Amino acid sequence: MLTLYTRRRIINAIGLGISILAMLFGLFWLCWILWTLLGHGLPAMAPVVFEQMTPPPGSSGGLLNAIAGSLMMTLVGTLIGTPIGILAGTYLAEFGQRGWLAPVTRFINDVLLSAPSIVIGLFVYESYVVHVKHFSGWAGALALSIIVIPVVIRTTENMLRLVPTTLREAAAALGAPQWKIINFITLRAARAGIITGVMLAIARISGETAPLLFTALNNQFWSSNMDQPMANLPVVIFQFAMSPYEDWQKLAWAGALLITLSVLTLNILARVLFRQKAASH
Amino acid sequence: MPTMFLREAHLKRQTVFDLLFRSLTRVSAVAVLVLLAAIIVSLIMGSMPAIRAFGFGFLTSSEWDPVKEKFGAVIPIVGTLVTSAIALLIAIPVSFGIAIFLTELSPRILRRPLGVAIELLAGIPSIIYGMWGLFVFAPLFADHIEPWLSNHLGTMSYIGPLFSGPPMGIGILTASIILSIMIIPFIASVMRDVFEVVPTLLKESAYGLGATTWEVLWNVVLPYTKVGVAGGIMLGLGRALGETMAVTFVIGNAHELGHSLLMPGNSISSALANEFTEAYGELYTASLIELGLILFFITFVVLSIARYMLYKLGQREGQTT
Repeated sequence: MLTLYTRRRIINAIGLGISILAMLFGLFWLCWILWTLLGHGLPAMAPVVFEQMTPPPGSSGGLLNAIAGSLMMTLVGTLIGTPIGILAGTYLAEFGQRGWLAPVTRFINDVLLSAPSIVIGLFVYESYVVHVKHFSGWAGALALSIIVIPVVIRTTENMLRLVPTTLREAAAALGAPQWKIINFITLRAARAGIITGVMLAIARISGETAPLLFTALNNQFWSSNMDQPMANLPVVIFQFAMSPYEDWQKLAWAGALLITLSVLTLNILARVLFRQKAASH
Repeated sequence: MPTMFLREAHLKRQTVFDLLFRSLTRVSAVAVLVLLAAIIVSLIMGSMPAIRAFGFGFLTSSEWDPVKEKFGAVIPIVGTLVTSAIALLIAIPVSFGIAIFLTELSPRILRRPLGVAIELLAGIPSIIYGMWGLFVFAPLFADHIEPWLSNHLGTMSYIGPLFSGPPMGIGILTASIILSIMIIPFIASVMRDVFEVVPTLLKESAYGLGATTWEVLWNVVLPYTKVGVAGGIMLGLGRALGETMAVTFVIGNAHELGHSLLMPGNSISSALANEFTEAYGELYTASLIELGLILFFITFVVLSIARYMLYKLGQREGQTT
């Protein structure tokens, strides 16, 4: 017969033990996936990956056109999405105290933040690709920018809210007009956080595959023309990994390692950068 | 008095700038709403041919025959719902454990690195999960876990049929497990964040009355944060429903409604990823777009509920502190 006290202690120990197991469970998958990637990806890494174009089945080649295409579309997507995101985030944080627009926008934005990316691909296909009648790098960049916008809005608003009101009041007391206060005081004070948000957005879109399937499609050859179908790492990985050819699968692993390393590096960099900024305050 | 006029003109210009800047930010905010409206409208317009041809029958038919141009959404919808439900079943307890560990148990120095490690799990692109699932996880699963499942659970009376069938590695269950790994970080980090808003005073009072750590968590922290925890779970569900690439690799892409979880199936997103670029004919494309519309509708509802719950918790936090 257990006393109440021992029973409570045992339940406590079991509960906490399970929580430690859960933590190990989570870390286990992370380590396993990274280990697999390194195991398959490192042997496939060779200078030729960065020097040659994607090969036809059964011959060797590299990923140069896919890497270039991914970089270009990510860059354009970020350039389109970031300004809109920062401006809208500024509205939510600085002008959104009254009225219905800010709460509604905030809500919709949070929903869009986790909306399925394949639907965004469908949307760009329906509204752009169908009208110009061909897949293109622009369409891919457009789809990516739609994923960037909510991420940047969310972080911009959060970061602006961290800026103390006294800073704004001090500037206003000196007679600065509101656009100057926001552009030169608050946005500048929140700069590190906003850059973090943009980096997280870039990390998010550089691994996105689904929205590119119906927009940029793929291109086996070198192309720097954004108005043509464009090779990109995620879709090449998808196509090559699903193929029965060993050369292709090897290249897919190399691409997978490349994407994961850059995404994780961006993620860690963003966190370190933001933490330094937070520590200096 | 030219200086007076100058100053007045200067002030006036500043007001104009203020107005311009304000309108610019407002237009960007409106752009988000327009974007949502545009997504919905274009999906509806794109799926019009299928809506006209099949009507509500689209939602109840399980036929998917591109040759005869007969399309129904039941199999992909069921696949999406079942994989997400199983993924949640696995992910909720694990995420709860991780959140407890990160807020209550972990040594202070490890708290941050471990938190970041879990968040990195969310950062890994879904196509990587898919590749890993197809090449590493599925073969292991087929060799070691699935035979055990069908031998032990497959003979039981009620749940038996769920685990019968040949061990192929790819199928509904594999997709669900990989989905659960992908949504654990999302649910865990929301849970951790909401656990941290519990006032220390409340927890310390419980400890002061002699409660164990587990009792504090179960009877104080969880009731206080239940709305937020539910919000986090819904957020994870939203993610799982829309997840594409990881599922596409391992679900098997079979338009069949098997009764076993070990058999291949299909989900809305993987049907889109596999078939959309190769779809021929207006009706085929429109049916796929209607699938996308259904997916968007389901995730929109789920995510709205999630956000609503999280806002509610945020409001209460604002009142009590």
